[in-house]
Amino acid sequence: MSASPAGAAMPAAPVAGHLAGAARRIWGLIYRHFALYRRSWPRVLDLAYWPILNMCIWGFTARFLSARAGSGGLTLAASLLLGGMLLWEVALRSQMGFAASFMEEMWSRNLGHIFVSPLRPSEMVVGLIVVSFLRMLVGVAPAMALAWGLYAFNVFTLGPIIVLFFANLMIMGWWVALGVVSLILRHGAGAEGLVWSVLFGFTPFSAVFYPVSVLPAAMRPIALALPSAHVFEGMRAVLNQGVIRWDQLAWAFGLNLLWLGAGVLLFARQFRQARLRGALLAIGE
Amino acid sequence: MDAIRVQGLTKRYGETLAVDAVDFAVAPGITTGLLGGNGAGKTTTIAMLLGLLLPTAGRIEILGHDMARDRFAALARMNFSSPYVALPQRLSVAENLRVYGHLYGVPCLEARIAELAAELDLTDLLRRPAGALSAGQKTRVALAKALINRPEVLLLDEPTASLDPDTGDWVRAWLERYRAASGCTILLASHNMAEVERLCGQVLMLKRGRIVDRGSPAQLLARYGREDLEQVFLDIARNRRAAAAA
Repeated sequence: MSASPAGAAMPAAPVAGHLAGAARRIWGLIYRHFALYRRSWPRVLDLAYWPILNMCIWGFTARFLSARAGSGGLTLAASLLLGGMLLWEVALRSQMGFAASFMEEMWSRNLGHIFVSPLRPSEMVVGLIVVSFLRMLVGVAPAMALAWGLYAFNVFTLGPIIVLFFANLMIMGWWVALGVVSLILRHGAGAEGLVWSVLFGFTPFSAVFYPVSVLPAAMRPIALALPSAHVFEGMRAVLNQGVIRWDQLAWAFGLNLLWLGAGVLLFARQFRQARLRGALLAIGE
Repeated sequence: MDAIRVQGLTKRYGETLAVDAVDFAVAPGITTGLLGGNGAGKTTTIAMLLGLLLPTAGRIEILGHDMARDRFAALARMNFSSPYVALPQRLSVAENLRVYGHLYGVPCLEARIAELAAELDLTDLLRRPAGALSAGQKTRVALAKALINRPEVLLLDEPTASLDPDTGDWVRAWLERYRAASGCTILLASHNMAEVERLCGQVLMLKRGRIVDRGSPAQLLARYGREDLEQVFLDIARNRRAAAAA
């Protein structure tokens, strides 16, 4: 493929061909994970296991607290608890879905083949994002259905705005995962544990179950630097006052853009470093 | 135009010089053997040719594409097989080939898979998980993956390692036929001297990151006054000088 002269626009047909080629390669990566899950029901079960378990624990806790408060249904506090739990699962499953899908290539000692194929690193990232989105849906949808069936809590009563909450939490999951994958490229399998644990470290600062104002003053700037804290402030505003806090959503999107850019730069740098150090073939060790 | 052209290729890890200013060219349609002891720089050289490893210095051109600037255009026209890089074990043979067919943008993919399966005697294995195959069957599947995009340049790292003599011979015969029929350029790293003697038109002898000798198997045998490449290999490894130079 020859490069276009500097400043010259690429003709429409080559651009379309390039995009079609990229889409085919991305589909190849998605198909690889689809084929894996199609023939491994324990993997599918694992996707939904923790969200369902969490929903059961938090749901019964919320019901107990509501009963103590003398309410027949869920109190506002209980709804905040369940809403927080379900939305946070979106971020958790998005992050784990992305990073664990990368790990699948490492565990199967397949990275060498992937990296010598024409699949660009940027296309790999897009493919992992799509796989992570599908994994998140399979993982979180049963928990949402359970919340509705068992506790009469429907997260969609938040309104169409929930799509924007979901989007922000998914994007956050992806840039955190890019950071984790970058660490794996740098440190190999030694960084593997972070795939499962890293986002739990963000939970106290994300103000999932309480407002940012509850945090000590020194911790608040950290919380406000995270898109998740703005999403959960927004969620509480909808549930408490029925108000959509567009300012919080704007902060969440802005911060996500910033952190996603940082994640992409870190990944690109660590990928290049891995090529310099010869780590791509020995990355599973 | 050479299929592969390497100039001043160098890879340094800190104080260690893994590949030291290597120059070579491979003409289209030729099978070239890369020989050398452990740590001679064969795998490092192949990893740089594949773009997995960035050289410290030097230039690699494959099929006219500069690997530093245009590696994806070259990668689409080449492929690679090594027993040390696996295919996903839980996917069936057909699924694995489908994944790589999409990654390489292979047209009429199902027909290509059927064609390769027939050629490599894989038709009965297409639905079996890759992890449930014997070593010989895995090697044939790895070859099918390496040929899925009809590569013009094929890099093979020890293609018959850990195979029994019968299967190893089958693979070598198949590679000979394939190269003759397709005109594919093959670069082969191997410790099996008989294999190199049989398959290669050109041999590059690597030692401590440098090419210390090169030529056709017949030329090397004559130069060292030996009857087989294994003896030539030992002469070089043990610093015994070529008969012609002595």
